[in-house]
Amino acid sequence: MSIQNTTADQQHNPAVLLDLKHISLSFGGVKAITDISFDIYEGEVRAIIGPNGAGKSSMLNVINGFYHPQQGEIWFDGKHRQAMKPYEIAYQGIARTFQNIALFKGMSVLDNIMTGRFTHMSKNLFWQALWKGPAEQEEIANRELVEHVIDFLEIQAIRKTPVGRLPYGLQKRVELGRALAAQPKLLLLDEPMAGMNVEEKEDMCRFILDVNDTFGTTIALIEHDMGVVMDISDRVVVLDYGRKIGDGNPDDVRNDQTVIDAYLGVSH
Amino acid sequence: MAASEISQPYPGPGLDTFPKLLLHNARMFPDKDAMREKEFGIWQSWTWQAVADEIERFTLGLRERGLEAGDKVLIIGGNRPRMYWSMVAAQVLGAIPVPTYKDSVAEEMQYVIEHSEARFVIAEDQEQVDKVLEVQHRCPMVELVIYDDPRGLKTYDASTAVDFEVVQQQGAEVRSSQPELFKTLCTQGKGEDISIILYTSGTTGQPKGVVLTFDNVLITAYQAALRDGLSENEENLCYLPIAWVGDHIFVAQSYCMGFCMNCPESEATVMADMREIGPTYYFAPPRVFESLLTNVQIRMQDAAPFKRKMYNYFMDVAKQVGIPLLEGKPVAMLDRCKYAMGKALIYGPLKDALGLGRVSLAWTAGEAIGGEIFDFYRALGINIKQLYGQTESSVFITAQPDGEVYPETVGRPSSGVELRIADSGEVMYRSPGAFHSYYKNPESTAATKTADGWVHTGDAGFITAQGHLRIIDRAKDVGKFSSGQLFAPKYIENKLKFFPHIQEAVTFGDGRDSCTAFINIDLGAVGNWAERNNVAYASYQELAANAEVYAMVQASVEEVNESLLSDEMLAHSQISRFLILHKELDADDGELTRTKKVRRALINDRYSILIDALYNGAEQCFIETEVAFEDGRVGKIAGDIKIADVKTFTSIASAS
Repeated sequence: MSIQNTTADQQHNPAVLLDLKHISLSFGGVKAITDISFDIYEGEVRAIIGPNGAGKSSMLNVINGFYHPQQGEIWFDGKHRQAMKPYEIAYQGIARTFQNIALFKGMSVLDNIMTGRFTHMSKNLFWQALWKGPAEQEEIANRELVEHVIDFLEIQAIRKTPVGRLPYGLQKRVELGRALAAQPKLLLLDEPMAGMNVEEKEDMCRFILDVNDTFGTTIALIEHDMGVVMDISDRVVVLDYGRKIGDGNPDDVRNDQTVIDAYLGVSH
Repeated sequence: MAASEISQPYPGPGLDTFPKLLLHNARMFPDKDAMREKEFGIWQSWTWQAVADEIERFTLGLRERGLEAGDKVLIIGGNRPRMYWSMVAAQVLGAIPVPTYKDSVAEEMQYVIEHSEARFVIAEDQEQVDKVLEVQHRCPMVELVIYDDPRGLKTYDASTAVDFEVVQQQGAEVRSSQPELFKTLCTQGKGEDISIILYTSGTTGQPKGVVLTFDNVLITAYQAALRDGLSENEENLCYLPIAWVGDHIFVAQSYCMGFCMNCPESEATVMADMREIGPTYYFAPPRVFESLLTNVQIRMQDAAPFKRKMYNYFMDVAKQVGIPLLEGKPVAMLDRCKYAMGKALIYGPLKDALGLGRVSLAWTAGEAIGGEIFDFYRALGINIKQLYGQTESSVFITAQPDGEVYPETVGRPSSGVELRIADSGEVMYRSPGAFHSYYKNPESTAATKTADGWVHTGDAGFITAQGHLRIIDRAKDVGKFSSGQLFAPKYIENKLKFFPHIQEAVTFGDGRDSCTAFINIDLGAVGNWAERNNVAYASYQELAANAEVYAMVQASVEEVNESLLSDEMLAHSQISRFLILHKELDADDGELTRTKKVRRALINDRYSILIDALYNGAEQCFIETEVAFEDGRVGKIAGDIKIADVKTFTSIASAS
């Protein structure tokens, strides 16, 4: 059984998986995002960077349907997306992790990752309540996939440990595991490396690249660590005060004067 | 020594190599589990027939890729079935497997590759493959790297690195056209052929490649299995480094007897996996038994008062009653009842939690084990015994027979082993397991093995009144005080290390007037103590410099001094001063070997300022040391180290 999905085969010919057109989002008088357009190719690692308050997390929340932009269009997987609830969007194949870990602290690592399979469980309460039957089969199949995720992330030793007892770096890894378990077409990572030490960061980089490599999953990530962003992403979009100020491959972005001024700092 | 002197050298006539035993087992026990590995949360198993099939396809694939008789195959990885299968696959083709420690850094690996002239490398995963590729331009003899776990390796050049399964597929194609080829190849080897080269970690200088023949390994393994009454129903956990002879000899026993080897899911899950498997036959260095006991003690200190009292009470009972019971000595009825109650309430559950519930025989070796630790396990009813051996002897030189277990001795010679003490006090042996030679090192071979087959162990020891061997120390480490009296550093260090809060100790005294010591505290045990006593600390260094920690260690050192007083030969070597090092001695910094033995020469050199300070009466000393981090970067640790004086217990010993 494999967690690979179909997008892997199309890597060579970049097709647009997510296309954001002229998105604007405001909260009352506060403009969080102003007229931003960019796209995400299938199978790429796309980074969204920018200073604090630039609108990065808002952008991610727009993508996964938590916020509804006042203006603009979202095209996902070739279809124009109407306003949806986040859970409906999860069913469409978008999974995410959070800046401040959002796991069930009292549940084991295994159970937490199993919740990522929710969108792939179809049996109703009646079948779930029975010991034997189709729900059991479904549970076994899902568990097998979750075990592959656990193996992939090398967290076998903490399988049965309650998440609340784990150090921060491992919790981040479990959260990635839960998102992976959903077999998403698009994986959104909100600051996956925030607050980690160098070794944990290196591990996380390796996992992100391996996910992209092995399963062909498209990844959009927000990250502050410039070294990490430049190393692992294929293309970078730069936001500042809710506007897009740069877009391109890491080297171009690094050398773009507007970006240097806005984000990396102006030399005086 | 010829195998014919032993009445039954092999498990069956002509079964004198691993490949022949493999075919034999596949015939005898086709449906019996030969190997298990926990993966994806479930124990996956292979029967002997399945193992033979896996090895067959891999062997033929290797042959197709050009592996020939006499070639060396470097095997680097953890305890994975495929690592074990690779060894036998190489042997079928007459090639020689060279297993290597998986935590060795690229330079260490380069040395082994160059020295062994390995043409093929079989690596567990990306980490190991990267290491090989890193040194490959300096080791042009390496033609092909075969990896077990393909993760992250998809984009690598297929002409230099190839998947294990791809090689197996090639082998399957060969098999379909030549179905009998594998069987023919398997029967080609002979007992006196070279079976494996094991590189010893080497406390001095570069590692040496110990060449062992099939006869060395298999006769020794089989004789030990016969003596211990092993059957095909044993369960063994493979968790020791595959490059260590202590692991290899159990693989050999598994092939001889047909019992099952179990590979843990990962290094971090060994304890949980061991509990699930419940091995019946267990081997661990004293360090493992020690850390298990420390764990139990720490957790009992944190347990509720009632449980703690119950534990203490029944452990006292066990210490009085358990050992005589185990040795079959008479025990009073009331004591038996108490022990039975303890078994139901404490010993049984405790053994189960430790994964030792089904262990009928446990061996320990490599270092001396503390009497207290030894007694703890024996009191629980676990028949733990010591053996004495080394890579050069294919492990077994002496072993403790049942009913004759003394903490300070290592037992009687195993069958076929002749033992003698040289005039210098060095222990020498001659046995069927005595190694063939050191690879490409005739000088060392000649210095270690005499023309008539006697091997120098390098250990100083003597035969006790009961006819048991007692090892005092490494022969080269045994020194003399300036007064001319004997100085046995390891003996004293072991006494120190038996305290749970002391992780490592290094003593000095050769050519000096008194004995002094470096101490490494055990971060687990002392950290736990600090937590319970509200002692705040931010790092190992800070904890090590804490005054209360010093007081605690000082009390232990004084206890050691007191116990040394009772030993006539060593009463003069009481410790007069000690210090607690600001960093843990680490194999990555070269201070320990990969098997965690202290490298004295290097420590003498690197810490000479501290050693001088121990002898010139200074109260503290400044030191700056380079440390290597796990990712290979180098940093510095600096600080003042306090030196403490200790009370000694005789008028003869140098005053402090």
